[in-house]
Amino acid sequence: MSDSHAPSALAHQFEDLQQQQESASLGMWVFLATEVMFFGGLFAGYTIYRNLYLPGFEAGSHMLNVTIGALNTAVLIGSSLTMAMAVRAAQMGKRSALVTFLVMTIILGLAFVLIKLNFEWRHDYVEGLAPGLNFTFSGAHAKSVELFFFFYFAMTGVHALHMVVGMGILAVLVVQAWRGQYGADRFNMIEGFGLYWHFVDIIWIFLFPLLYLIGGRY
Amino acid sequence: MSGHVIPKSTYFLIFGSLLALTALTTGMAFVDLGPWNTVVALVIACFKASLVLLFFMHLRWSTPLNRVVWLSALLWLVILIGLTSIDFLSRSWTPMSEGWETSALHLPAPPTDLLHWR
Repeated sequence: MSDSHAPSALAHQFEDLQQQQESASLGMWVFLATEVMFFGGLFAGYTIYRNLYLPGFEAGSHMLNVTIGALNTAVLIGSSLTMAMAVRAAQMGKRSALVTFLVMTIILGLAFVLIKLNFEWRHDYVEGLAPGLNFTFSGAHAKSVELFFFFYFAMTGVHALHMVVGMGILAVLVVQAWRGQYGADRFNMIEGFGLYWHFVDIIWIFLFPLLYLIGGRY
Repeated sequence: MSGHVIPKSTYFLIFGSLLALTALTTGMAFVDLGPWNTVVALVIACFKASLVLLFFMHLRWSTPLNRVVWLSALLWLVILIGLTSIDFLSRSWTPMSEGWETSALHLPAPPTDLLHWR
């Protein structure tokens, strides 16, 4: 298939590049299916407890900052766009565009986590809304509110952890892309990572309304 | 061989739609729709997730096998959340008489004729 003297992009166990690429992306989709189960447990728990302790969960939801939540949603969607553009650049073999879009994705991902850390988690901690660390809220439904904040920190925390891991991988990808390791016939890593990054975006697309919006804010 | 390259304009259109839907869902949270607030928020979220899956994650151009894997993941999620919810939602449908736990502990005396039965 390839008579180039450069090491072939095709690993010997595959028939051709298309089969290789389809195998790589199938593996990633299977991994994402396990991730659906991972987050699914949290979503199931949240659904049940929200229905059991609705007043406390609504009161807890009211203490979150919708503006920052919506802003962060936009930042994360932006990072998905730059990631999609990075995959596109890799498919077309554009090295500098690939590096640029990967770096932009890191910057937007970092912006998301820092906004979360500084304007939300730190604020919640100072306000005494961090179960286990500093929970001093004693208004109505205090115990249910505490349960809400357990879910809030667990779900947003695990989500942010996924982003931090993603940014670590992105940093490696940037270096590899800079060295010219990816091209039009070898972009499976970039595409696979893109799937992961978009998946983390989808988790937030559900976390945002569930935690911030459906608490009856009118 | 570089897969299906999607035009830039498609990505920007999806990005714009996702931002618009974020604004819409945020706005709708401040309108009193009663129990429909949750439904509207989740429908919009599902629609946004579908846009990301179909276009950013290329599921629209992907192999049938990838789609089956994703749909199976959603099926397990429905089982996970659905069956757990059915349990909790249906518990009140079959009311237990007061103090059934204690009465169950007091076993009735065995019938006397059984004692003679070896």
